[in-house]
Amino acid sequence: MKQTLNLAPPSAADKEFISRIEEAADTSIKLCYQCGKCTAGCPAAFAMDSPPRQIIRYLQLGLVEEVLAAQSIWICATCETCSARCPRGVDIASLMDACRREALAAGKISDKKVAVFNEAFLNGVKNFGRTYEAGLLIQHNLKTMQPLKDAQLGLPMMKRGKVSILPDRIKGKDQVKKIFQRIETMGRE
Amino acid sequence: MPLGYYPGCSGEGSGIEYKMSTEKTAEMLGIKLQELEDWNCCGATSAHNTNQLLALALPARNLAIAEQMELETVLAPCAACFSRHRATEIKAREDQALRSKIEGIIDMEFQASSHTVSILEWLVNDVGVDKIKEKVSKPLKAMKAACYYGCLLVRPEEYTGFDDNEDPQSMDQIIKATGAEAVDWAYKTECCGAALATSRPEIGAKMIYEVIQNAREAGAECIVTACPLCMLNLDMRQAGAGKQYGVNLNMPVYYLTELVALAGGYSQEEIGIPRHFVEASSYLNTLPAKAAQMEAEEAARQAKAGKKGAAKAADTAEDAEANKKKIDAMIKGFQKNPDKMALRLIQDEERAKILAEIVAADEKKINKLAELMVIDQEKASKAAEAYVTGEIKKREK
Repeated sequence: MKQTLNLAPPSAADKEFISRIEEAADTSIKLCYQCGKCTAGCPAAFAMDSPPRQIIRYLQLGLVEEVLAAQSIWICATCETCSARCPRGVDIASLMDACRREALAAGKISDKKVAVFNEAFLNGVKNFGRTYEAGLLIQHNLKTMQPLKDAQLGLPMMKRGKVSILPDRIKGKDQVKKIFQRIETMGRE
Repeated sequence: MPLGYYPGCSGEGSGIEYKMSTEKTAEMLGIKLQELEDWNCCGATSAHNTNQLLALALPARNLAIAEQMELETVLAPCAACFSRHRATEIKAREDQALRSKIEGIIDMEFQASSHTVSILEWLVNDVGVDKIKEKVSKPLKAMKAACYYGCLLVRPEEYTGFDDNEDPQSMDQIIKATGAEAVDWAYKTECCGAALATSRPEIGAKMIYEVIQNAREAGAECIVTACPLCMLNLDMRQAGAGKQYGVNLNMPVYYLTELVALAGGYSQEEIGIPRHFVEASSYLNTLPAKAAQMEAEEAARQAKAGKKGAAKAADTAEDAEANKKKIDAMIKGFQKNPDKMALRLIQDEERAKILAEIVAADEKKINKLAELMVIDQEKASKAAEAYVTGEIKKREK
């Protein structure tokens, strides 16, 4: 893979980004000595443009744009194998998680499908207090422009009593909605 | 004290068999489950992907409800629900400022005093494998199962911390207690792909396919899981994953609690077996016949071992019979032709002649030499030499 990297010193904003995700992930990228054990054990590395070791290297070099542009951070399934095996104790999975949140906040989402799934999932929780599986799939399909995806599974799911057409609403759904609202307000502050 | 119970959203939908069988398992073990009142979704992966505080606040509301209900321990069968609640209670206990911040967000008192347990911890640590064994009335003998732990029941270790995160054994112990065989395999803690099966199906399909193939290569005839998302992927999406690789995987997948309840005598219908996507009844139905065959083979092996012993005894008797015939032949030889027989024992002609004279006069010595010649020629020669030496000494006197 031919790639040109700008190795000029990172900007103040990039430095700030890196310390923010280190704090959020409660770990240090400086500990990493690039052994590659994280990538070796990653069950999704085969599908990644930049596998975990490379993401950590980008972070060490202050290459924030490359990190946010990588699909890898959205392909990571948070299985935690990398963090469990890292000989230097770097919590790679939490760094990936922090990178996703930063990408979301910055509106720089390299793989929309996962973000759309998360949004649809949380919308159900915000409105009803619980996951609304049917609504989640429909919303995910519409927003990703694939209306018939998994359609063949709908009827069998219903036959098996595994999906309810209507959402399961809890009594305290307003309390849950307020949890979302308070967090949104805090984010704006 | 009843055990707090958080069924989780999937228990009401895609993971309905998990809820049904968990409740039957508790009933079988004589444990009362007290469902948290008006619980909400834990937020799962989507919440921690989106906002850290949201990922803590959603489970915290449930934990605060458990505290209000004075429930010390809460069972969360779903691996993700367990992981999120456990993470929240640990983080809130470690950081008082964070705990009060969460209290403000959920607008409830929250001490982080309760303890969330996974199905594995509950069954192995709280209930105990021996208690499960006691309750098994229909052992799952002849079942060959791959115990699939996946991610969140064993990682991160600072949350789970009770079993090995590379080669866990708790589920294997429970499965063995039901009478089934737990195969040794390499993918027990590999990821099933989680939500990737929905958001990036081509990636998810490969991960599902590899887990199932590895189980099969290790000799498993079914997979056991304790996570509704693993089940959704391995069961509902199995046909699609097989299609991507042009194979029919046809591997039944069971919830751990389904197998415990089945071994405890509950019917397949009561725990939801007919609701699986990959047909799961037939395999269970073949087990009694296979178990009977295993028992018959075992009995045959034992009988064969017994027969072998008898055969050995018979061989000895046959040997003794044959030896006796040979000895008789030797005796006849000594009687008919003592000189020739003596030369077979002693090379020196003069001494051999003396031996022939000795045996002609002593039937007992013939018998002794004949017996020794059949068993051990060397000993027979030595005995013969001794007779001759004795005879010479006698004559010299």
